[in-house]
Amino acid sequence: MIYCQFMEATGAEIVVRCLAEEGVEFVFGYPGGAVLNIYDEIFKQNKFKHVLVRHEQAAVHAADAYARATGRVGVALVTSGPGVTNAVTGIATAYMDSIPIVVVTGQVPTPAIGLDAFQEVDTVGITRPCVKHNFLVKDVKDLATTMKKAFIIASTGRPGPVVVDVPKDVTAHLTTFEYPATVEMRSYNPVVKGHSGQLKRAVQMLLEAKRPMIYAGGGVVLGDASAQLTELTRLLGFPVTNTLMGLGGYPATDKQNLGMLGMHGTYEANMAMQHCDVLLAVGARFDDRVIGNPAHFAREQRRIIHVDIDPSSISKRVKVDVPIVGDVQNVLTDMLALLKQAKEKPEAAALNAWWTQIELWRSKNCLKYNQSSSIIKPQYVVEKLWEVTKGDAYITSDVGQHQMWAAQYYKFDKPRRWINSGGLGTMGVGLPYAMGVQLAHPDAQVACITGESSIQMCIQELSTCKQYRIPIKVVTLNNRYMGMVRQWQEFFYGSRYAESYMESLPDFVKLAEAYGHIGMRIDKPEDVEAALKEAFSPALKERLVFMDFQTDQTENVFPMVEGGKGLSEMILAEEL
Amino acid sequence: MRHIISLLMENEAGALSRVAGLFSARAYNIESLTVAPTEDATLSRMTIVTTGSEEIIEQITKQLNKLVDVIKVMDLTEGSHIERELMLVKVKAVGLGREEMKRTADIFRGRIIDVTDATYTIELTGTGSKLDAFLEAIDPALIIETVRTGASGIGRGERSLKV
Ligand SMILES: Cc1cc2nc3c(=O)[nH]c(=O)nc-3n(C[C@H](O)[C@H](O)[C@H](O)COP(=O)(O)OP(=O)(O)OC[C@H]3O[C@@H](n4cnc5c(N)ncnc54)[C@H](O)[C@@H]3O)c2cc1C
Ligand SMILES: Cc1ncc(C[n+]2csc(CCOP(=O)(O)OP(=O)(O)O)c2C)c(N)n1
Ligand SMILES: [Mg+2]
Repeated sequence: MIYCQFMEATGAEIVVRCLAEEGVEFVFGYPGGAVLNIYDEIFKQNKFKHVLVRHEQAAVHAADAYARATGRVGVALVTSGPGVTNAVTGIATAYMDSIPIVVVTGQVPTPAIGLDAFQEVDTVGITRPCVKHNFLVKDVKDLATTMKKAFIIASTGRPGPVVVDVPKDVTAHLTTFEYPATVEMRSYNPVVKGHSGQLKRAVQMLLEAKRPMIYAGGGVVLGDASAQLTELTRLLGFPVTNTLMGLGGYPATDKQNLGMLGMHGTYEANMAMQHCDVLLAVGARFDDRVIGNPAHFAREQRRIIHVDIDPSSISKRVKVDVPIVGDVQNVLTDMLALLKQAKEKPEAAALNAWWTQIELWRSKNCLKYNQSSSIIKPQYVVEKLWEVTKGDAYITSDVGQHQMWAAQYYKFDKPRRWINSGGLGTMGVGLPYAMGVQLAHPDAQVACITGESSIQMCIQELSTCKQYRIPIKVVTLNNRYMGMVRQWQEFFYGSRYAESYMESLPDFVKLAEAYGHIGMRIDKPEDVEAALKEAFSPALKERLVFMDFQTDQTENVFPMVEGGKGLSEMILAEEL
Repeated sequence: MRHIISLLMENEAGALSRVAGLFSARAYNIESLTVAPTEDATLSRMTIVTTGSEEIIEQITKQLNKLVDVIKVMDLTEGSHIERELMLVKVKAVGLGREEMKRTADIFRGRIIDVTDATYTIELTGTGSKLDAFLEAIDPALIIETVRTGASGIGRGERSLKV
């Protein structure tokens, strides 16, 4: 269809044309009364593809994963009322990890708002605490501008979800359509360039460091700054650690990388974090799962430089000495330029001594585990997966022990390869995440590392995978427990395993088959590699393979920093 | 410490609930909050009186600035400023007490804006503590009703909050 610029369009057409103008590839959604006009327009167009999920939560997760894997804005579309409430978990998940998505929600017609109409909820009210911003569009004339604002707000500054609530009558009203190239918002101007004075102070501090440490978070991935981070880290020769959200921001297989830090971080990363004298924090927010008890963390004297695009992330939980508000790519580029100009170099002797200390910590080999010949160790499955996929797969995960093992044992050398819910810790994301990733990268290897409990929270999406032939590989580390809960109960509740045992588990092989996929059950360690190789073989390239690995029920995640404890007070596997 | 935070935001539906929601979600104190459009009807001006440590106040200002509809935020207490609150008090005013009540109102530069045989309604403006002092100065048994607007504030001299 050819549109004349001054031809009138309905609100529904406008929504669809705005999405097309934004270059949206996929809209993940689920229809219902309030969005039927929009669906009718989707039917008539071929600019983007609509992916019909089986539950609105999964629509938002898939859109979120698309955004994580590509850096572009993910889009979901749901109906009013229950469509919106189902979507809320997805929106909150994206919010906590600062993921750019736009969620278009249907609303009851404007005259019915506030009258407890059928399928009415106060969408703007319900979503307000878990969005970057939201809009209720009451006049069709505002629709195109609002859509533009939504995309701008979602993707700039600290990214985040934006909800656009569109009443049904607005989708029917007519107006002339013009999509603005950009929209000025006097109230919204994120700072992207770092303050030059602060940058100079930071560089000076880095050059004076004797025990430096770089702590890089999700902001490096979100801001596409891993090249700059890598260059800076190598130039300085400093050790670096990544948060759970920052994995892949610096190559995991590189010697300078001490691995993940935090609650389940490596011994060397946590010790170096605790004992460094200058800390460069980039795009990381000093989360409670990262620094442990802040009072304990503050016991050691260190000077902190903190680069973040969101001023409210700075000095929130830990007071810092040099705050730098700005986009991490910009700031690191400027820092690199200053470092290259600088005549001084970091003091080699001090740095060598520091590395000697770090190697001593590293030699504890805190991630080693006891391989078994009779029972499958979950860590082993992840290691093998890394080998079989040559470390080049996109890995999504759910939430629990398997998530931590995935983070610890799959070595991510590239950003946007590790897709998981860190901030909200939402069980159920794994499968819809894998769908979003695979659709974004149809030729890539995509695996979902999950647990038998988490996978059941969005298992219905196996049906979506069938419909769209999404050939992801599901790697279930089936320990017949909500393992992460069981671990806490073992450590802190006298092994009273209250409701953490999953009884009546389905036969996952049959379940996968019922959905039209391939199921495999693997019981023995010697079969692990072959199963993975088969699943990733060219013969099954087009198929979804659901692998049910029966793993050690009693395995725990180590190292572990107990809640409320200090970062250097880790429980190590060997100590138990 | 008590802080008076003044802000300008887009005068959009739901603007107030974004601010109120932020304070409750993050468990910040609100002593009072006032809001009304400015001479420019597209702008709302809000005055929030809150208490908290320096760190909390810093977070409050940052979080307010982060709201997409918020244009400018100023902590008035960081510089010299003027604070005013309006209070209307309805009191029993009979017999000897009637004259006494009028005198007290005069001392506080209050104005009697409504009168019946048995009551006065007094209008008072001033800082919050001046209004408190008035209420302490009169016999609590005589108070029928009080209504306060919460503080509004403005910077002294050149100091201003403008778009
Ligand atoms: C079971 C479980 C266990 C966990 N254990 C651990 C653990 O052991 N270790 C761990 O690290 N985490 C762990 N987490 C995750 C943890 O809860 C947090 O989600 C995570 O640590 C936060 O990562 P981050 O600090 O990198 O911040 P993110 O949430 O990724 O935030 C990114 C930061 O970067 C900023 N930013 C965004 N874009 C830019 C840009 N362009 N320029 C500059 N700054 C930008 C943002 O403002 C924000 O401050 C666990 C989660 C679960 C569910
Ligand atoms: C939606 C949701 N509900 C509850 C939790 C709390 N929780 C965290 S991990 C976990 C158990 C996960 O079990 P499983 O998926 O089998 O993974 P495992 O830990 O066994 O690897 C639970 C219940 C959560 N994170 N998300
Ligand atoms: Mg489990």
